[in-house]
Amino acid sequence: MNFRNSAPFIIPGLVLIFLIGLFARGLFLDPTRVKSPLIGKPAPKFSLPGLYDPTQRFDQSLLQGKVSLFNVWGAWCVACQEEHPVLVAFAQRKVLPIYGLDYHDDRQAALDMLHKDGDPYTQILDDATGDVAINWGVYGAPETFLIDKQGVIRDKIIGPLTPDIIDKQLMPEIQKLQVEAP
Amino acid sequence: MIPELGHLALILALCLAAAQAWFGIAGAQRGDSVWMSVARPAAVAQSLFVLLAFVALAYSFLVSDFSVQYVAENSNVLLPWPYKITAVWGAHEGSLLLWVSVLGIWTLAVSFFSRHLPLDFAARVLGVMGLITLGFCLFMLTTSDPFTRLLPAAEQGRDLNPILQDPAMALHPPMLYTGYVGFSVAFAFAVAALLGGRMDAVWARWSRPWTLTAWLFLTFGITLGSWWSYYELGWGGWWFWDPVENASFMPWLIGTALVHSLAVTEKRGAFKNWTVLLAIAAFSLSLLGTFLVRSGVLISVHSFASDPKRGIFILAMIGVFVGAALTLYAWRAPTLAKGGGFQPFSRETLLLLNNIFLVVAAASVLLGTLYPLLMDAFGLGQLSVGPPYFNAVFIPVMLPFFIIIGIGPYVRWKHGDVGATTRTVRVAGIVALLAALLSLVIVHASGALALMAGISLAVWTGMSALIEPYRYLRQRAAGRHASFGRSTLGMCVAHMGAALLVLGISVTSILGIEQDVVIKPGETVAVAGYDFRFLGVHDEQGPNYSARQGVFQVSKGGTIVAMMRPEKRDFSSVGNETTEAAIEPGLFRDLYLALGNPLDQGTWSVRVQYKPLVRLIWLGGLFMMLGGLLAASDRRYRRNTMTMPARAADPEHA
Amino acid sequence: MRRLLVGLSLLLMAGTALAIDSEPPFSDPALQARYTELTHELRCLVCQDETIADSNADLAADFRRQIHDMVAAGKSDADIKAYMVQRYGDFVLYKPPVESSTALLWAGPFVLMLVALGVVALIVRKRARQSGEGNP
Repeated sequence: MNFRNSAPFIIPGLVLIFLIGLFARGLFLDPTRVKSPLIGKPAPKFSLPGLYDPTQRFDQSLLQGKVSLFNVWGAWCVACQEEHPVLVAFAQRKVLPIYGLDYHDDRQAALDMLHKDGDPYTQILDDATGDVAINWGVYGAPETFLIDKQGVIRDKIIGPLTPDIIDKQLMPEIQKLQVEAP
Repeated sequence: MIPELGHLALILALCLAAAQAWFGIAGAQRGDSVWMSVARPAAVAQSLFVLLAFVALAYSFLVSDFSVQYVAENSNVLLPWPYKITAVWGAHEGSLLLWVSVLGIWTLAVSFFSRHLPLDFAARVLGVMGLITLGFCLFMLTTSDPFTRLLPAAEQGRDLNPILQDPAMALHPPMLYTGYVGFSVAFAFAVAALLGGRMDAVWARWSRPWTLTAWLFLTFGITLGSWWSYYELGWGGWWFWDPVENASFMPWLIGTALVHSLAVTEKRGAFKNWTVLLAIAAFSLSLLGTFLVRSGVLISVHSFASDPKRGIFILAMIGVFVGAALTLYAWRAPTLAKGGGFQPFSRETLLLLNNIFLVVAAASVLLGTLYPLLMDAFGLGQLSVGPPYFNAVFIPVMLPFFIIIGIGPYVRWKHGDVGATTRTVRVAGIVALLAALLSLVIVHASGALALMAGISLAVWTGMSALIEPYRYLRQRAAGRHASFGRSTLGMCVAHMGAALLVLGISVTSILGIEQDVVIKPGETVAVAGYDFRFLGVHDEQGPNYSARQGVFQVSKGGTIVAMMRPEKRDFSSVGNETTEAAIEPGLFRDLYLALGNPLDQGTWSVRVQYKPLVRLIWLGGLFMMLGGLLAASDRRYRRNTMTMPARAADPEHA
Repeated sequence: MRRLLVGLSLLLMAGTALAIDSEPPFSDPALQARYTELTHELRCLVCQDETIADSNADLAADFRRQIHDMVAAGKSDADIKAYMVQRYGDFVLYKPPVESSTALLWAGPFVLMLVALGVVALIVRKRARQSGEGNP
């Protein structure tokens, strides 16, 4: 066996090994889940009417002073309907306030859904145009943000919440944030 | 019953492939001619069983047997029957069966046309192909069985994605696969040569027509995909550098290099290392393409549903096949006799440069395609690499390529004559320069420089491709004998195809016009000297869809030129809507109209496009395919070589 | 299962129909050209690989609307892209930024070309010598 001048073998061989390793890693990533650049940044400013009472307006001060969840949803969204009972059950545990952003939705359809399936939200904001959601880097519903006492975004869950995600991922973070000084 | 028979056929094929592989390779290693002669019948039997499995699946589709899960997920009783057949390869499991079936057809072809080859070589080739079949059958039977039953059977199938219900889309995967999978033959030839420890000009002559045939099918498949994308999707584009498009383009680039490298090995016995590595690379990239579509590691419009288990299997296959081939190469490459020397100005040098440019281009496409994955895997964030990147990188890399394409054929082997070459290509060069100047006159806007480069390179390539035919005709006209082999003719046609491609791409990209407008019935929009008058929208009905059809009257300078009818089709079964653009074709320009969305009071958003010389793109592709066909059918490949040059007399053998 | 549902909800927003922009065109062709170029350089996040110019998704329509307004308001291309990147990360740009992490991406092909040409030079020199020594 003569491996002298084996560069033509070594280089492709190394490339092969590297690529296989890369792809093996890649099989367990999900490129469709776009990570948010807003984590660690203050929640974006907004001013929106409430869903129940459109004359009432809310802004980002709503999120100050406590740990909260900010859930983006819509009555049109199938996965949100899947997520809804999970949210309702979680809200009953009274761990933290859950704020809802009704995204690109028909107000009546949203109200109907809440009436039929329950309302886990402390307050709901009506983002009919979707402009506020864009400020939050939302690209599909449902998405849920975890906000700390200073109003800073600490985590983002893309896709519907499940009891598993709530208990294993969110609860430890929530508990840690709740003992922080305001 | 039939699905179970299909499943059984696959199992039998698996066993026969194992036999084919074992007896072929081990038989050749042992020099046992009894064993070796088992390989061919095993190969034929295996291929027939695979094709039987395919027929079984196709039958299940035709009779709408929704007790087969795969059929229920991809078909529908309302689906017109030709599309029931194409639905067979509409999703992962079926497309794998198509892969193996196409491999079966190639195996049959190799079995029949390899009788003049030495037994040990043919046995090895079939053996390697048997291993590949084995791998894929195993893959299917363990992770992706198309014959899985759905009990109780669904009442109605889901349906084939409506955008796939189209003739070009029906033909695109089989043609593409014929190309992809065909590179396994080139791969098998290379591995067989390495195993046998000899690779010479004769080997190259055997290998070349197979490689050319695979290449021409791949060319056709890619051309079809681009053409379909243009007329079906409604965006007026024809290439997006989508990861899966790139996955078919990379093997094409390497395949082109391989075909040219084989020419050097055939003529001069040189570039053997290159040829082997390129053959391995081409097939590796084919496997990579198979992986990318099914793994979910990259986002693409083409992706099939992903499942890590399947991805891992394919990765393992890639590791085994490519790793083994490279190891074999490292072991055996030193025993391959080196080719002869050559001067700096020679056809060898130019073909070497040709290889380099194509490989660098393919590597660049690979880099851009995989970079998002690379960044994500290393936790560096998520990135998108799209057309702006690829265009910025690919075009500069290919510019020198399109210069030497015009010179290469007219430089002598081993020791070129600068003076002779210059005299030969002088006229082509001058015409190209004139064309460049002319284009500067036509276009004053931005893109003038790019257009000039594109046009001059295209004219240069095209004129250069005409030199040989011109010489031939002149000789004949002078009453002298002249020869013009199909191989040379094929080269001229293929290079002309490349010229047309470059011309089409340059002109349509730079001089094309795209306009989005909001328009009411009765209104007119003017684009590129044409007036498009909107007459309104009405409803139409198709076999499995309902449509809203817009009507436009197109006139130029007052005379009516065409009526265009773009549609929005609603396929009720899937709830999906498709855009059917209206195209007014022409040799020198296409007019392109796509209907957008209805807004209030009867207004519609509409996209109007003027696309000059866009058809040259696919015409170029067809020319390249034709060139490959001509070259592959050259007389010297059809002559059966019964004798191998005796070892002692072979100057190439060390 | 979860992925499937997210995918489904995203699918409901997208479709296989390509979008035609319904934003009013700019009277100034330079602005229109900038707008067109921007919408062809930004990625639709809910789609499987489309620009926001071509995508039929609601999100893409929202993006187009916002970019239209920003161009009309006189924001520069850099500002607009920064706005998008702030919210969605570099993923939203089809033309990757030129930074240290993308140095390999942008420089790679050209470096590779130079290295390859160097290799060719070496090979040609070796073969020329070989040819000069009277080998076949």
